[in-house]
Amino acid sequence: MAQAQAHSGQQHPIRLYLVVWGLLFVLSTFSYLVDYLGIQGYPRWTLIIVFMMLKAGLIVAIFMHMAWERLALVYAILLPPLLVLVFVAMMASESHYTIFTRLAFLGGAGP
Amino acid sequence: MAELTRMQTDDVAMGPPAGLRGVAADFASDQRAFKNVSWGKAMMWIFLLSDTFIFGCFLLAYMTARMSTPVPWPNPSEVFALNIGGQEVPLILIAIMTFILISSSGTMAMAVNFGYRRERGKTAALLLLTAALGATFVGMQAFEWTKLITEGVRPWENPWGAAQFGSSFFMITGFHGTHVTFGVIFLLVTARKVWRGDFDTGQRGFFTSRRGSYENVEIMGLYWHFVDLVWVFIFAFFYLW
Repeated sequence: MAQAQAHSGQQHPIRLYLVVWGLLFVLSTFSYLVDYLGIQGYPRWTLIIVFMMLKAGLIVAIFMHMAWERLALVYAILLPPLLVLVFVAMMASESHYTIFTRLAFLGGAGP
Repeated sequence: MAELTRMQTDDVAMGPPAGLRGVAADFASDQRAFKNVSWGKAMMWIFLLSDTFIFGCFLLAYMTARMSTPVPWPNPSEVFALNIGGQEVPLILIAIMTFILISSSGTMAMAVNFGYRRERGKTAALLLLTAALGATFVGMQAFEWTKLITEGVRPWENPWGAAQFGSSFFMITGFHGTHVTFGVIFLLVTARKVWRGDFDTGQRGFFTSRRGSYENVEIMGLYWHFVDLVWVFIFAFFYLW
């Protein structure tokens, strides 16, 4: 029973969910338009990332209730994935080396 | 020691300290770190964190393959276009799949809300609707796979460019589709429990033998929203990039 008491905190007005739902639809439409309108290069990548992060933020914060959870849980769950960025940097550097060797020694052949 | 005692009394008297100090106090406490979070919810979050790393590694492998190949990458905008009324519409099937999955996330959030309001009928109906939308998503994914396979996409080759396109595509979307499929099964199980009134009477679970409550619907929801969350990243990096 104490548990049920503790979680009555996750009662939010339905309107909030409907607004977020609508925002997610709008943001998805924007993401799709980036491709539909054929935006290329850096503007494309920037827009894709911005819309992606906004959608992910809304889902995690509102739908998954992270905005109302205790800070210790928020940090324990949201900080570790940031370390993936270190891995991204390592693999990007490795990829540059791989394509350099493929172009320099295989004449652009290879997979 | 005096410091510690003071902090403990503070915690009782005035609630936990705010901000980072509160995080430190929670992690340094000798009972449990996630104070007002039930074990079920904490374990689901920790599972989702591990799943984040799995999908993170898949997307990283895809990035590495795409960055390191001298062969041009097939243009997803064209590969996933559909011919509607004699006109090629780029990426349309994927866009519809995205909207369906977002809608299922919306109905799931409503189900959680009605669960905490103890409206059994509405909760069960919304869970079933979520499951139906999820099944539709998997169906459309099966259609997409069939289309690509008949066009000659294999994990080792495809007609348009870099061979790694096929392996990345099947691995990433396949793993995500599997998650959706298991989600649909769990949604149906949860809907049946809600409909039967298991969470009103505190019926013990089949696997865990612990008393169920409407928080189970929220935990189910965490998994389902996560599946939607992963799709947001796949849509951005695999289909749009």
